[in-house]
Amino acid sequence: MPQQVTRLDRVVIRFAGDSGDGMQLTGDRFTQESAVFGNDLMTLPNFPAEIRAPQGTIPGVSSFQVHFADHDILTAGDAPDVLVAMNPAALKANLGDLPKGATIIVDTHDFTSRNLAKAGYDADPLTNGELDAFQLHRIDLTGLTVEAVKEFGLSRKDAARAKNMFALGLLSWLYGRPTETTVGFLERRFARAPQIRDANIKAFTTGWNFGETTEVFAVRYEVAPAPQAPGTYRNITGNLALAHGLVAASVRSGLPLFLGSYPITPASDILHELSKHKGLGVTTFQAEDEIAGIGAALGAAYAGSLGVTTTSGPGIALKSESIGLAVALELPLIVVNVQRGGPSTGLPTKTEQADLLQAMFGRNGEAPVPIVAPSTPSDCFSAALEAARIAITYRTPVMLLSDGYLANGSEPWRIPDVADLPAIDPGFATEPNHGETFWPYLRDESTLARPWAIPGTPGLEHRIGGLEKGDGHGNISYDPANHELMVHTRAAKVERIADSLAPLDVDDPSGEAHVLVVGWGSTYGPIAAGIRSVREAGHEVAQLHLRHLNPLPRDLGDILKRYQRVLVPEMNLGQLSLLLRASYLVDAVGLNVVRGLPLTSAAVADAIEELME
Amino acid sequence: MSTRFGAGLELVPSSSEPQTGKDYTSDQEVRWCPGCGDYAVLKAVQSFLPDLELRRENIVFVSGIGCSSRFPYYLDTFGMHSIHGRAPAIATGIATARPDLSVWVVTGDGDALSIGGNHLIHVLRRNVNMTILLFNNRIYGLTKGQYSPTSEPGKVTKSTPVGSIDHPFNPVSLALGAEATFVARTIDSDRRHLTSVLSAAAAHRGTALVEIYQNCPIFNDGAFDDVKGAEGGDHLLRLEPGVEVTAGGRTWQHDPHAVDPSDQFAVSRIEDRVPVGIFRQVQRATYDDQAREQVSVAVATSTSSREDRLAALLNTGDTWAVV
Repeated sequence: MPQQVTRLDRVVIRFAGDSGDGMQLTGDRFTQESAVFGNDLMTLPNFPAEIRAPQGTIPGVSSFQVHFADHDILTAGDAPDVLVAMNPAALKANLGDLPKGATIIVDTHDFTSRNLAKAGYDADPLTNGELDAFQLHRIDLTGLTVEAVKEFGLSRKDAARAKNMFALGLLSWLYGRPTETTVGFLERRFARAPQIRDANIKAFTTGWNFGETTEVFAVRYEVAPAPQAPGTYRNITGNLALAHGLVAASVRSGLPLFLGSYPITPASDILHELSKHKGLGVTTFQAEDEIAGIGAALGAAYAGSLGVTTTSGPGIALKSESIGLAVALELPLIVVNVQRGGPSTGLPTKTEQADLLQAMFGRNGEAPVPIVAPSTPSDCFSAALEAARIAITYRTPVMLLSDGYLANGSEPWRIPDVADLPAIDPGFATEPNHGETFWPYLRDESTLARPWAIPGTPGLEHRIGGLEKGDGHGNISYDPANHELMVHTRAAKVERIADSLAPLDVDDPSGEAHVLVVGWGSTYGPIAAGIRSVREAGHEVAQLHLRHLNPLPRDLGDILKRYQRVLVPEMNLGQLSLLLRASYLVDAVGLNVVRGLPLTSAAVADAIEELME
Repeated sequence: MSTRFGAGLELVPSSSEPQTGKDYTSDQEVRWCPGCGDYAVLKAVQSFLPDLELRRENIVFVSGIGCSSRFPYYLDTFGMHSIHGRAPAIATGIATARPDLSVWVVTGDGDALSIGGNHLIHVLRRNVNMTILLFNNRIYGLTKGQYSPTSEPGKVTKSTPVGSIDHPFNPVSLALGAEATFVARTIDSDRRHLTSVLSAAAAHRGTALVEIYQNCPIFNDGAFDDVKGAEGGDHLLRLEPGVEVTAGGRTWQHDPHAVDPSDQFAVSRIEDRVPVGIFRQVQRATYDDQAREQVSVAVATSTSSREDRLAALLNTGDTWAVV
């Protein structure tokens, strides 16, 4: 029977299984295939903090969601159209997210009474009618895989481990994905273990053929490529884009990159990535703790490197005193916070954006720090460059606020030409600036930045420190008027950054909207998708997304005043709202969700419609 | 290159100009209490630095918090007065980023052994090129007289009105336990000994830790009187290579170059006299030399420009073209 092909404009698939089932790899491969095929896409990995939680239990479930489409999309999707569940726990943990009518593919092999009990099922959901509202496909993925790879003589356990590739092959067939990249990937990945390599490739192709030759699926789907601007593309996660952005800033400033870091989820991948690029002059220092990480980065900055430290919220808490020192020393430093759920250890592998006020105010004294936030995974690249520009130009620590969703989520990225990237001038001081002597706190009139005089420069010997410095000469000063002047000057310097920012770009096509939605960081996608659906329903609504949280752009106040209502969706309890209310006396209304997951576009749309009534 | 100070400073540019202690004196008024041991150390360092024949702008002093941490302000070199306990971490970044700098850390018993204890042991095990001057006055001076991690048990201070119940660190034992490659002890009032130990420390490639017994005339006056003055010499055990030492019923010749630190540790535990001088002086690859080596080896694998390498990096992985 020739299979019917149905054309879809977009699909959301969630692969779910045990932590050891290779679901992240499966999802990542499906994503690469879709990217190479030319779909627009976004991904949402979701995994437990435990490396291997007890097998078969709900806490051990790991999932990877990919949304791919024939048009540009903004989120990883509110709800999956297809769930691949490798065991009962994966089914139970994810079923609640599925709309009625969704497709479920289960590996029946793992639906034993023991596994059902571990997942908390009293009865088998595959047979008791519980899934009648869904299109359920029961397939013995494990059994079919073991049978398919028999010829390679693997142990049963090793053979069964290839089941994720069988599932990937089946889904690749179902959605007409190209298979070459995955075969090539498996060849490279298991080059040193030919049996494992061949078994995985066999499982993958058998999965594909299973779809082709059996009649389990009556319909095959097609999601056409999305129109994209000409260029070379790759799929990229936020952490990778951020790491590459830091390297780019190093190259474009001519400064060697020095990363001082302590491993912490979800920021460690930046340390891993940068550690690979010594050939680009990158030095990485895995410190004894968070404090030493930033301390060494600050020392390297003092010595003339592009100093960077990477961490997540708990690490920022430990680094706060050193950030304050960097404020006082007025040295360039990039502090990356890949935010996760808090407080305390909180939700290490889940996303949140509740560290904005920590970035803003989390230091003793008046210690202003510029804040830059990327809005999508690939945007982490240019946000890192922007953080470096501000840090170097204004001689200041800069907080770069990413989050767990951006860090691990991915999307296609048009690779920029290196020559098109902004150049950054370190502008080291080379000679005395006050007669025959050198004054380390004599400022540039336009930026208020102080000179960056690195050791080894004759005639510029000087001392700096955390004690209050006298204006200009920089020697210790306890003079009341001087302290007041210095506090105001440090604040004014950070405010001056706003002079260098482009006018804000408000998305208000008709200019008729009364409601403005203001966001920052990773909520860009869900907000834009929510707005899209509100507009499709025939309503006017405007969107403004902030990249710079400190200083706030100069035109922001006027823009806010143009709208009757201002909605601020955030994955916190209203931190940007608080700042906007305090800064502009605007009656900002919050949409505040802290579930450790990205906002849904539906929640944003509902909140907008509520505000319109 | 300085000829007198080989390995430790071999990558630091030397000065052809003759220098004096005055060249190393900044224009800042020194604000320690009258009679403070820090004055003697400052004077010794200012007098000794010209002997290194280095370019002044290539010397960096980093300190933490405490009385002694004001030290960098008084030296006309590059200097950073940082935050409590963190000077070794900051100095690690400086030393790793720049092979051409002579890096010094000035710290105290509270700064190095209490709030900064973690950074101290890690910089010692990593063996980063720097010289650490640990001013030990066995008291908290700047916070006005609380006991420190080197105060003797039973010490009555503002925070221990009925006597301290803390067991103290022996900084030399601690450094040896952390596998430091250079460990020495000297005394603020013995200018000649201080200078000779500093010379050896500066010449050492790796982390050199020098504990300096330093008198606090305000909060712990006379803490080291036993080992000072005419009679003090009898209480000292002046360590030199080959000097006979006895501990635990065993006698041997002190060897600071022995790779196994066990005997050196045993020397640090001697109680009937106070050992001063160099306990340990061995060679081990430094962290910063190796870090720079890894980078330079990787850089040397390609002849293309940094821009081209960046372009190659950005284009890694599965890419596709849209025309």
